[in-house]
Amino acid sequence: MSQSVVDRLQEQFGERVLESSDAFGDHELVIADGDWFEVATFLKEDASLAMDHFTDLTAIDHPERGDARFDVILMVRSSSSGARIRIRTRLSEGKELGTLTAVWPAANWAEREAWDMFGIAFSGHPDLRRILLYDEFVGHPLRKDYPIDRAQPLVPYRDTDEIDKLPPFGIEEGQPFARIDWEARLSGRDAQVSPAIGLQQGQRRTLSDSEAAQQLQARLAAKKAAADSAPAEGAEEGTGD
Amino acid sequence: MEPADELLDDEAALELPTEPMRLNMGPSHPAMHGTVRMVLDLDGEKILNLDLQPGYLHRGFEKSCERGTWSQVFPYADRLNYVSPMLNNVGWSLAVEKLLEIEVPERCQYYRVILGELSRIADHFTCNGASAMELGAFTPFLWLLKVRDWIWDLLEKETGARMTHSFGRIGGMAAPPTDTLEDDLKALLPEVHRVVKEAEIMLIRNRIFLDRMQGVGVLTKENALAYGCTGPVARGSGVAYDVRKDHPYMVYDRFDFEVPIGQDGDNWDRFMVRFEEIRQSVRIIEQAMEQMPKDGPVNVDDPRIVFPEKDDVYTTIEATIAHFKLVMEGLRTPKGEVYSFTEGGNGELGFYIVSDGSGTPYRVRVRPPCWYNLSACREMLMGDMIADIIPTFGSINMIGGECDR
Repeated sequence: MSQSVVDRLQEQFGERVLESSDAFGDHELVIADGDWFEVATFLKEDASLAMDHFTDLTAIDHPERGDARFDVILMVRSSSSGARIRIRTRLSEGKELGTLTAVWPAANWAEREAWDMFGIAFSGHPDLRRILLYDEFVGHPLRKDYPIDRAQPLVPYRDTDEIDKLPPFGIEEGQPFARIDWEARLSGRDAQVSPAIGLQQGQRRTLSDSEAAQQLQARLAAKKAAADSAPAEGAEEGTGD
Repeated sequence: MEPADELLDDEAALELPTEPMRLNMGPSHPAMHGTVRMVLDLDGEKILNLDLQPGYLHRGFEKSCERGTWSQVFPYADRLNYVSPMLNNVGWSLAVEKLLEIEVPERCQYYRVILGELSRIADHFTCNGASAMELGAFTPFLWLLKVRDWIWDLLEKETGARMTHSFGRIGGMAAPPTDTLEDDLKALLPEVHRVVKEAEIMLIRNRIFLDRMQGVGVLTKENALAYGCTGPVARGSGVAYDVRKDHPYMVYDRFDFEVPIGQDGDNWDRFMVRFEEIRQSVRIIEQAMEQMPKDGPVNVDDPRIVFPEKDDVYTTIEATIAHFKLVMEGLRTPKGEVYSFTEGGNGELGFYIVSDGSGTPYRVRVRPPCWYNLSACREMLMGDMIADIIPTFGSINMIGGECDR
């Protein structure tokens, strides 16, 4: 943490730096949510600051405050000078904050987590999905009004449009011997699952049953019939080879 | 059979279909040590796009911390990075001590350094051993894990548990160092050196291993910084950032050790940085062993913070009440917010804690080093081959417990 960063920011932004503190040795500045992106860009781009090392971005929920219930916190560090700074903004429910993904790509996942856990939306974020929880999860668990013991229902089978997948274990999926007719097996009719039995049970067809194989067999049979009808010719060809 | 070219009407038919294939890797893949799902778009074996989906080990660490007392976080902290739990214990202790504005006695600080560095060695052994094993080198894996087991034997002797010690306390440690610690360390540390050397002989001239590691999974210095990478991943990319050196905590400023950095930012650099760090950790332990006071208190002398002696709890009413208050209400911290960070096994392990002045944390945020290291994984792998995922993912050393919390 560094006092020089605080001075530089106060010099640049003047009145727009709402508060500054150094409690417990951590230098911190409070800014308005509208200045979020501008201050962050300045931290990164300014030659004397050069805050190029992203440390963390997170949020704190204070529901008792009413209007601006969230504190969003950004911590960055300069790799050249080693200075650190913490930037805080207060945000109301439903209000959006500009994304910092373009400034530090690390903000991508940090903001997705803040969205997941607190429901804070970041405008302009390239990919604002839940990251630790699943899409069907209802609510944002790190909010203070989310009870710690709330159970969420199990998600049944998930239908995804883009993924062209049969329902689990469709007929055409898996190995033929994995489809076992347990009734037949237990009654002793089916000691070993042969392809023929597998076919009866509606299993995946093997190569020998396929259309191509049938055509091949038909061609071979026709060839054999032709050879049988003219044995002398076939014998001559054989010696020639 | 007719010649193949007769079937082709035009040139276009010569081209193979180039539609990318979507492949799901994980969440439970045998070659990845970590429960993470990767959705890959592949062109042949080349990775066109990669979507990393963590979260399979999410168990609400931060929410759980808001329920108990400050001391009750230690078992949860153990399970963040379960390969080096002592470093997490120390990190959490230091965070709360920063809020309380206290400093533990010197003997305790050295003790924390020794146990923490042993954990770091175990962590790096696991990562490098597993990296080698995933590329087919099983022998070094077993050698390294053999020594890791000796480290855990030592930690068991000190703390009572092999992995999840829960040994840290706010304002001290659960117990003072044992009398045999120095002798055990003197027996163990040469073995660490020997096995690192043996593993290096097996690996660093192995053509197959070199081909899989060198020039694969490259992360530039700029990207390492912008993605928030720390620890061996950042140092492999040439970022000379080690919390122990740059922001010394405890007694780290009294030791003579070096911070190894890589040049190319590939898997090889990350691998070699870890081996070199093991050597540096051994150096730190040797110096700490010499400098540690032989006797003296381990815990701070403040009954509002530290649990009373068990003998007193059973025999005196004052200690019984003090114990009861600390267990039931928790120790009181001043109102405020602090960010405390230490060098964990994988990088900067930070705890951002918010106190409302009660015995329970208002909010605990852990900055897991793995989280940001893993988010840079996409950058490392884009354009590489699918087989490169295994060594690259291994060299990040993603620990699910810490990443997904």
